[in-house]
Amino acid sequence: MLKINNIDVFYGAIHALKDLSLTVEAGQIVTLIGANGAGKSTTLKTISGLLKPKSGNLIFQEQNITGKAAQQIVALGIVQVPEGRRVFPSMSVMENLELGAYLRKDRVAIRDDLDRVFTRFPRLQERRSQMAGTLSGGEQQMLAIGRALMARPRLMLLDEPSMGLAPLLVREIFEIIKEINQTGTTILLVEQNAHMALSIAHYAYVLETGKIVLEGPAAELAQSDKVKEAYLGGRTN
Amino acid sequence: MEFLQQLVNGLALGSIYALIAIGYTMVYGIVQLINFAHGDIYMIGAFVGFFAVVKYGLPFLPTLLLAMLVCSVLGVIIEKIAYRPLRNSPRITALITAIGVSLFLENVVRWRLGPDPRPFPELFSVKVFSLGGVQVSNVQLLIFGVALVLIVILQFIIYRTRIGKAMRAVSQDQDAARLMGINVDRTISVTFAIGSALAAAAGILVGIAYPRIDPYMGILPGLKAFVAAVLGGIGIIPGAMLGGLVMGVAELMVVGFWSSDYRDAIAFAILIIILLIKPTGILGKNQSEKV
Repeated sequence: MLKINNIDVFYGAIHALKDLSLTVEAGQIVTLIGANGAGKSTTLKTISGLLKPKSGNLIFQEQNITGKAAQQIVALGIVQVPEGRRVFPSMSVMENLELGAYLRKDRVAIRDDLDRVFTRFPRLQERRSQMAGTLSGGEQQMLAIGRALMARPRLMLLDEPSMGLAPLLVREIFEIIKEINQTGTTILLVEQNAHMALSIAHYAYVLETGKIVLEGPAAELAQSDKVKEAYLGGRTN
Repeated sequence: MEFLQQLVNGLALGSIYALIAIGYTMVYGIVQLINFAHGDIYMIGAFVGFFAVVKYGLPFLPTLLLAMLVCSVLGVIIEKIAYRPLRNSPRITALITAIGVSLFLENVVRWRLGPDPRPFPELFSVKVFSLGGVQVSNVQLLIFGVALVLIVILQFIIYRTRIGKAMRAVSQDQDAARLMGINVDRTISVTFAIGSALAAAAGILVGIAYPRIDPYMGILPGLKAFVAAVLGGIGIIPGAMLGGLVMGVAELMVVGFWSSDYRDAIAFAILIIILLIKPTGILGKNQSEKV
């Protein structure tokens, strides 16, 4: 579905991604794990068109999307749930959700999707006219996911959805991600919480200082000594 | 009675400041730029009105709409040429550029049309009504009416339309807005267009109320409207309206009860006071530092 071929991305003078390649197969949950500053968010920002690669290319459903503007990428069906949720704080829950469907014109289908989001997140329905900035962290994460769903994504990019949430909520959010995937949305999940990410993903990549150092089926990676030692906090015995 | 009279006069002047201040505050809200060329857009609006009436004999409403249209196009062009290339530069760079644009506009008009003030043609014969001892002119009523209608339309655009929603989203979080598929550049253009159109309307109203226009007429009202925007809370549209009205009333109270020598000083005295007491403005929230 998405193929990234040998991209190099710079943040000012910093060489953030070095010759990075990865593939996301349709229907799967693919996760990108790694430490802080490894380049995980940079990868997602590049896919979303917020950053442009210096070299290499990105192919989405046989179409070259390298260097396309963010709004064109959203229109193609790649939607990101950004790090730190980034809901619009001074707009209501309802308005945030409507903004998720900003590029869509099919009013009836938008209504249906809104109902679906409210069924999935009853809390959001209760707080529909509340300002998004007044929601709790977990509610904001739900809103950010709901907002992305309103765009009817084919590929959803999730950046650190577990960040700053209590363990119980993290479990809930990951359950929701799994459900979204089961209803046909492909997912690329960036996480520091490698344990949770590997438990729901089909395939995984490990990123270190801008380079992919390891990849494989998630279940296999979860067993690999290197991953256990570096990311799962486990000992190798 | 004198107090009520000055209040009415002050509110009329304040409505004009409010229209200009809204443009300052909208642009600041979306690109964090104090657009010091904004007062000159207002001046150009007055000149467009001047030629529309003198050369083409247009009546009030077409004159107003033409000036608003010309200035909104001008605002969009200025943003595209002067500010957009500096979007990721330090803020001071864009600020200095805005001052440059301001001087450029003033001097182009002076070069093409000469520095001498021109009398703005009379569109209405002034009638004065007396309401319980307070004099209200038809021109003042026109100012209130136009300002009110424009502000209602503005509120509708901002809160009820797709582009208004996009404008609010961009002003709150530009990257997140991009991730929704919002075309940020186009949204910023529309913001400049609307702000400039409101300034043009103010220019026409001033031309009718104080019928002398010249290339430098935008400087002082521009600065006062900027103070009004800061007074209300920069970036907050209702704040700009409130700030404009307060500035207009304060100015005419000083004229009525003290001396017209101090009418301009009061504006900047207010600026100094607000920056000392509540720099975020009347309607601004006190920002807590993120740790």
